[in-house]
Amino acid sequence: MIEPPAVKVDNLRVRFRQRERLIHAVNDVSFTLAGGEVLGILGESGSGKSVTLRALMRLLPANCEIDGTIAVAGDEIMTASESRLEEMRGGRIAMIFQEPVTALDPVFTIGQQIAETIRRHEGIDRRTAKRRTLELLERVQIPSARRRFDAYPHELSGGMRQRAMIALALSCNPRVLLADEPTTALDVTVQIQILLLLRELQRELGMAVIFVTHDVGVAAEISDRLAVMYAGRFVETGSAAQVLKKRAHPYTEGLLAANLHGVAPGTRLKTISGAPPNLAALPPGCAFAPRCPDAMPICGTMPPSVDCGGGHIACCFRTRDRLTEVRDSTTPAVSLLPTTVP
Amino acid sequence: MSTTDFLAAAPAAANDRGGAKQPLLIVRELKKYFSAKTRFLSLRADQVQAVDGVSFSIAKGSTLGVVGESGCGKSTTARLLLHLIEPDAGEIIFDGEAVGASDGISVRDLRLAAQMVFQDSYSSLNPRATIGDIIAFGPRAAKGVASRVATQRAENLLEQVGLRASLFARRYPHELSGGQRQRVNIARALALEPRLLILDEAVSALDKSVEAQILNLLSDLRDDLGLTYLFISHDLNVVRHVSDRVVVMYLGRIVEAGDVGEIFRRPLHPYTQALLRAMPSMDPDHRTSEPPLTGDPPNPINPPSGCRFRTRCVFAEAVCARVSPVLAAAKSAIGGSEDGNDPLRPSRFSSGGDRADREHQVACHMMVTGSGHSRAGAGAFGHD
Repeated sequence: MIEPPAVKVDNLRVRFRQRERLIHAVNDVSFTLAGGEVLGILGESGSGKSVTLRALMRLLPANCEIDGTIAVAGDEIMTASESRLEEMRGGRIAMIFQEPVTALDPVFTIGQQIAETIRRHEGIDRRTAKRRTLELLERVQIPSARRRFDAYPHELSGGMRQRAMIALALSCNPRVLLADEPTTALDVTVQIQILLLLRELQRELGMAVIFVTHDVGVAAEISDRLAVMYAGRFVETGSAAQVLKKRAHPYTEGLLAANLHGVAPGTRLKTISGAPPNLAALPPGCAFAPRCPDAMPICGTMPPSVDCGGGHIACCFRTRDRLTEVRDSTTPAVSLLPTTVP
Repeated sequence: MSTTDFLAAAPAAANDRGGAKQPLLIVRELKKYFSAKTRFLSLRADQVQAVDGVSFSIAKGSTLGVVGESGCGKSTTARLLLHLIEPDAGEIIFDGEAVGASDGISVRDLRLAAQMVFQDSYSSLNPRATIGDIIAFGPRAAKGVASRVATQRAENLLEQVGLRASLFARRYPHELSGGQRQRVNIARALALEPRLLILDEAVSALDKSVEAQILNLLSDLRDDLGLTYLFISHDLNVVRHVSDRVVVMYLGRIVEAGDVGEIFRRPLHPYTQALLRAMPSMDPDHRTSEPPLTGDPPNPINPPSGCRFRTRCVFAEAVCARVSPVLAAAKSAIGGSEDGNDPLRPSRFSSGGDRADREHQVACHMMVTGSGHSRAGAGAFGHD
């Protein structure tokens, strides 16, 4: 029997109702993730990356409407009962957050919180749970684990708290780990430690990881595959190397330039003009068109997903032109001049 | 175009007192200790040595970048400069005039000449005032500019930071996006026609695409208005992009200072080297495999004796715990012979200090011959 993929998402749409407005947070996102793979989702604030992540655990507020199907290790999430969901959250699929201070309970020690989770999910006795907890704390490289077992979250430094949260998330051996900007609040020297730890644990445990970040450098460090998200859509997907080196979508291009990626110091930065779109009133076609330097009249319609080869996909009309330009240089190139979009 | 003339002409030439060679800002041995909570029955109160003997200078028209991890004292330094926090000790000299001295410049005048932009664009704007009023308030209150003139100037400033005055002057802060609010904060700071702008993590809360726009704006303003920047950030990429000179801080002290190219190409202090190696590689085919440092930055309450970095430094030896290394010129990376002069003590009020302006300085025993460190002066201490 073929093992089901760790995560399979089809046509996920999430909308939030706010009085008269309908916020289109996630628009038609589909992807498949195999066990042991790390998918990085790269995007700016409001791009829908965190909402996508929360949808995978059905951790969204009541005022939202979700369509599409989500399967985690073959189990349907969208139709699962509340009690089944409780088992899956933490057991099958776990999440780590940006701010461990708010994610950990301040009135229980680190050890109590982890041990409680294990006992709740696996129904084992206290002593075994404590032993497992100490193992976990050592596994996430918390020094003097026995002492830290009895520490409250506020007694730990930022990096240690994040390690404790990782230990908590891994306590029931989840198949899938969701990471929502877990290193954003950390200093660089600590950030790299946590990234390397996550990579090591992911490899050892064969977990699938979905890692959401706004930082291109972090995405490059951790991801096997990369999805660039804009206005609730995956605008470019592929292996991390494909997306970062052969970038085929103008938004990816702009984002990398804005990250000072390969930009000579002191020179003028190429910026993406304008501001991210209003998710309550998205343009009918490509959401990036109003800011795109290469926009054409046809961008007013929905762009196709163009395969650039080797699983590298970009949603842009220009991608096909670029590919044909490369394949057949005799074909007259379509005008590259920016065109005003209505 | 006449509307912006007053701005373009104003600062550099008219206010320049010390001449082009006089650094706009000289800071000497700035110090601030905060007392933390006293332990029960303990005789000694805990101290946070937030800023401990920080000295640097900023040449006119240049940008000094300050980098360091959280708790290193970079924001406290910024606040000490404007006396937003009263320094315990140290000297601040603005364009040749000592701040607070009888023959110098008053704190009030300093605050007009040096303005600050903060990280949180929302909490630094009055939520109950319109954008136009916020920008016009400073000149009206501090310089007695007539209300109509101030309003007109506010509109010009809005245009100058890339916001259409007709659209934005009457709006309230909550109606703006983060990037727009930060533009307003910059306009508000510029309204007093400052010569020095202190940017404390001013772009850190913005999305990358917006951050790039603001960085371009800042670079235009610096050139157009002849401004000098003190740019504080934890983001090494940004600091590398905007700065002429960089200061690296660790637990309240400067560990290295130098021109931006020198610092990034030839870092001398083990902490700077680790910091640079900790930056994500940006290349999925050449990922980082070993963390350059273990553990978090230590608690700034009662920091380690001697060199504060020694607890995380792979080269640490006995001497590092005993003696605090002094920030001194590093003549060359290899050999590292030192002259006896303290480069940070130029004669007062002279155009001195311009030497320290260009020097590559480092505070590490390994860079000083005869310091007692086994690698001292041997040039054996490797960097990538």
